Amino acid sequence: MSDTTQNGPVLAADGTPLKRSLAKALRMQKLRALMLIAPLLLFILVTFILPVGDMLFRSVDNRIVQDVLPNTVRALENWDAASSELPDEAVFAAMAVDLKAAAEIKVHTKVAKRLNYENPGMASVFRKSGRKVRKWDVENEGPYKERLIELNDGWADIELWRTIKTYSGQRTMGYFLNAVDMKLGADGAEVRPETERIYNTMLIRTMRMSLIITFSCIMLGYPVAWLLANITTRSANMLLILVLLPFWTSLLVRTSSWKILLQQQGVINDVLVWIGIVGDDNRLVLINNELGTIIAMTHILLPFMILPMYSVMQTIQPTYLRAAKSLGATNWTAFWRVYFPQSVPGIGAGSILVFILAVGYYITPALVGGTKGTFISNLIAYHISSSGNWGLGAALGAILLAVVLLLYWVYDKIVGIDNVKLG
Amino acid sequence: MKMTKLSALVMTTALVAPAAFAADMANEMTLVSWGGSYQSSQDKAYVQPYIANNPGVKAVWDESSAEAVAKLRAMNEAGNVTWDLVDVVASDAMRLCDEGLAEEINHDEDLAAAPDGTSASEDFGDLLVSDCFIPQIVYSTTFGYRTDLVGAEAPTSVCDIFDLAKFPGKRSLQKRPIDNMEWALYCDGVAKDDIYDVLGTDEGVARGLAKLDTIKDSVVWWSAGAETPQLLADGEVVMGSTFNGRLFSAIAEQNQPIGMLWDMQSFDLDGWIVPAGLPADRKARAMDFLKFATDTQRLADQAAYISYGPARASSAPLVGKHAELGIEMAPHMPTDPANAGNVHTYDYEWWADNRDDLDAKFQAWLVK
Amino acid sequence: MSALPPYATTGQRAWYYSFRVICGLIFFFLIAPIVVIIPLSFNSQDFFTFTPEMLRLDPEGFSLKHYRDFFSNDSWQSAMWNSLKIAPMATLVSVTFGTLAAIGLSQPHVPFRRAIMAILISPMIVPLIISAAGMYFFYSRIGLQGTYIGVVLAHAALGIPFVIITVTATLVGFDRSLTRAAANMGADPVTTFFRIQMPLILPGVISGGLFAFITSFDEVVVVLFVGSAGQKTLPWQMFIGLREQISPTILAVATILVAISIALLATVEMLRRRSERLRGMSPS
Repeated sequence: MSDTTQNGPVLAADGTPLKRSLAKALRMQKLRALMLIAPLLLFILVTFILPVGDMLFRSVDNRIVQDVLPNTVRALENWDAASSELPDEAVFAAMAVDLKAAAEIKVHTKVAKRLNYENPGMASVFRKSGRKVRKWDVENEGPYKERLIELNDGWADIELWRTIKTYSGQRTMGYFLNAVDMKLGADGAEVRPETERIYNTMLIRTMRMSLIITFSCIMLGYPVAWLLANITTRSANMLLILVLLPFWTSLLVRTSSWKILLQQQGVINDVLVWIGIVGDDNRLVLINNELGTIIAMTHILLPFMILPMYSVMQTIQPTYLRAAKSLGATNWTAFWRVYFPQSVPGIGAGSILVFILAVGYYITPALVGGTKGTFISNLIAYHISSSGNWGLGAALGAILLAVVLLLYWVYDKIVGIDNVKLG
Repeated sequence: MKMTKLSALVMTTALVAPAAFAADMANEMTLVSWGGSYQSSQDKAYVQPYIANNPGVKAVWDESSAEAVAKLRAMNEAGNVTWDLVDVVASDAMRLCDEGLAEEINHDEDLAAAPDGTSASEDFGDLLVSDCFIPQIVYSTTFGYRTDLVGAEAPTSVCDIFDLAKFPGKRSLQKRPIDNMEWALYCDGVAKDDIYDVLGTDEGVARGLAKLDTIKDSVVWWSAGAETPQLLADGEVVMGSTFNGRLFSAIAEQNQPIGMLWDMQSFDLDGWIVPAGLPADRKARAMDFLKFATDTQRLADQAAYISYGPARASSAPLVGKHAELGIEMAPHMPTDPANAGNVHTYDYEWWADNRDDLDAKFQAWLVK
Repeated sequence: MSALPPYATTGQRAWYYSFRVICGLIFFFLIAPIVVIIPLSFNSQDFFTFTPEMLRLDPEGFSLKHYRDFFSNDSWQSAMWNSLKIAPMATLVSVTFGTLAAIGLSQPHVPFRRAIMAILISPMIVPLIISAAGMYFFYSRIGLQGTYIGVVLAHAALGIPFVIITVTATLVGFDRSLTRAAANMGADPVTTFFRIQMPLILPGVISGGLFAFITSFDEVVVVLFVGSAGQKTLPWQMFIGLREQISPTILAVATILVAISIALLATVEMLRRRSERLRGMSPS
């Protein structure tokens, strides 16, 4: 810089001001980094983020009612849902028109299914009437009020019309309310009758069992991580393989072997009977209940606890412990006051990871959990692939996802996503 | 290949240009069924002979019948049907037909007549419960028990399932309200003919669930037909419900110490539906296979592999011995008079209408 | 704690040994469920339990019939081929995109780095059932459901977080002055990448690839939704085996899979050590 002028801006070799040149270089660098990332970001957006978003949208989507029953929805606008009187002939006539049109292309069952989620019993009214109304001449065969009620007395139930009116919007909170065991009545949200309550119980159970699993993983993982961090590297590497092997083994393999081990006539019970701890006629029930799920999932998730703990404990200097002891601390005090606090970040990292993975588990609880040991994921799967109530499945999924993302955020704050280690 | 009246179009094409005939049909078909010994009996009785007649055709099995209704709904919504022929129970076929997800079938036109010329619709008779449904078998859901674990006296009545004092131990039941609710009400003292009237009321549902509550802690719930035989074989349960053919396999083919309880077994039908909205070439292949696979001989052949009654009246006299074991199959059929002393007639229509309501209540009860 | 000091008291000695026993039991808990299926896969009976013959070590009680069944049964064979067709393709896709992005992410100035990282890692965090259901509906709409490509793309998405994590971890220890030196000597960026950067991060790329491979190879939830019968993979067939027709053939398959896992694990371990050696770090 010796030959530049004293009071102009500092210039780069090509004569542009150095500041601008540096800024340009930085911009280029940023751009290049983004160019490298862009293909993957796009890929993940299309193959993953969009599908998940699309599914979550189902939890509020309610277009079906307006699409299938357009005339009825319009006619019902003039009816006061709070009144104790049935809607008038115009509404019934509109329903007859809609129902006939829908039954011809067989979509009346779809709207029937949708409304049935809110008011059980409506599906059969629609189904049964649809078969008959299909053959009506809806131009000039009134009066429809009498005829529909004659066909099925469900049409005389004022709740049916209230349900249609309440759920005639394009969007609905109905699925989310359902997911927390509530429903949208004529005057706002209300709690469902006890015989239909299920999701709060499941959500709480999922959380409680995930916590138990996380805690079991801490209890089992801590000694192992400590041992690994305090022996020679060569031995630690050997023992690490024992931790990593389960991690690398197929989930289905591990689940099926737990099925074999935990059965009443299975290996564990056989051994216990053989030793004499348990009588042959009173073998332990270890599977198809909460215990089965907890045992199998603790085993499956344990490596996810040990690995982060181990990497934190590796960084703790053994000299601290020795210093504490030389200052007169007992073994326990030295461990509890000096070593343990330093290992807490490892416990935190492992716990959040295990908990996040546990709340979303599906296959293992389905195979070893019976009915008492299943998770909210199993209900989501039930609604997606069996009952066909996709909206409810999506709403439950959204709630689960919210829980997981919250924990993910916490994890990122505490540990940082970059610091996840895989063996 | 028999070229009777498959459809006018296909026939003319076939007469004019035999080579073009095959080109009009897809060469690959996806068949959906229930897995296990049932699916393998279909494979041996229908698919293998069909492929032998039509070299070059490939059949892929998908074990998704249990989720068929929900999956077909999704496929239909997306306009992307990947299945060609789906094996479902009668009530599912009715639901699919109502929802426009299954193709309506002209049974006389699309299916083969009996060898004596009886039309298909007459041959199947009352079993054609829906316009979309082509029945294959009559089966029943019944109970099996471990002969060596139930004690000196074997169970003789369906109500023994609810008798924990006489028959302690676990029992397995299907994870759905169908059949279980009927059995519960029957054993709670409801007359056989009144079951569906009682079940139609909220009190009736509560009553059925209350009866099931008495054994809830001792129940292992299953969702696939193979589970009960496996649970029985492992000694995990002392008795359990399943399809009679699965029990037959465990008893006769695998020599398990299992006995059959023929009381209040629930009769049901199982058969094919063709998904709506198939492309022409795939539909032609599916219909061609369907005609072959549901003729009198093929249905009778299936009974040589599994103890389900063929759905055609004309097949019954052709039912012979087990293909591998050489035992007479007739006494193992749910339709055999000795087995059908006290049966429960399952009301498809009632369940098609009320399934969604009962499912929701049953699920809520399960997790309590 | 590498060795017990000679001045340890009896109490310390007792604790030292009982601690080791506890750890031994935990290791046993980790390994036993995997080991136990190996002898069971040689069962000559069709059930999942140890028969009296097996416990007596009677040769009658053992057989290879479940392995024979695996190698001769069409559905198992086609499942294996499907797995072998899907997993490597999915791995290739995730490794290609993942490595590029990881290099991008490890540049010194990346805007929105945290947010981007969060999005890229999300397939590992979002519960599988949600991903599977979402992909099912979305892929159906764009005609990818039930196709080979659909399954490959879905599995690639699931494998990407692993590639990102392992490759960025390798790049953390990467000495940037090496690329600068190369550029200084006249190498263009492409040459620099292939001649300098690639050989050094290769172990990370390969182990990320193995993670992606095993993710796809073991995956069952997503393929159940996104695939159709034509893409039935090994885990899918095992899932059916557990659910529909409980057959000990799955134990034979499980044993084979455990062998594959051991091989993959050994490879990853080797690569990790090699990478540390190359980067001049002491092992561990």
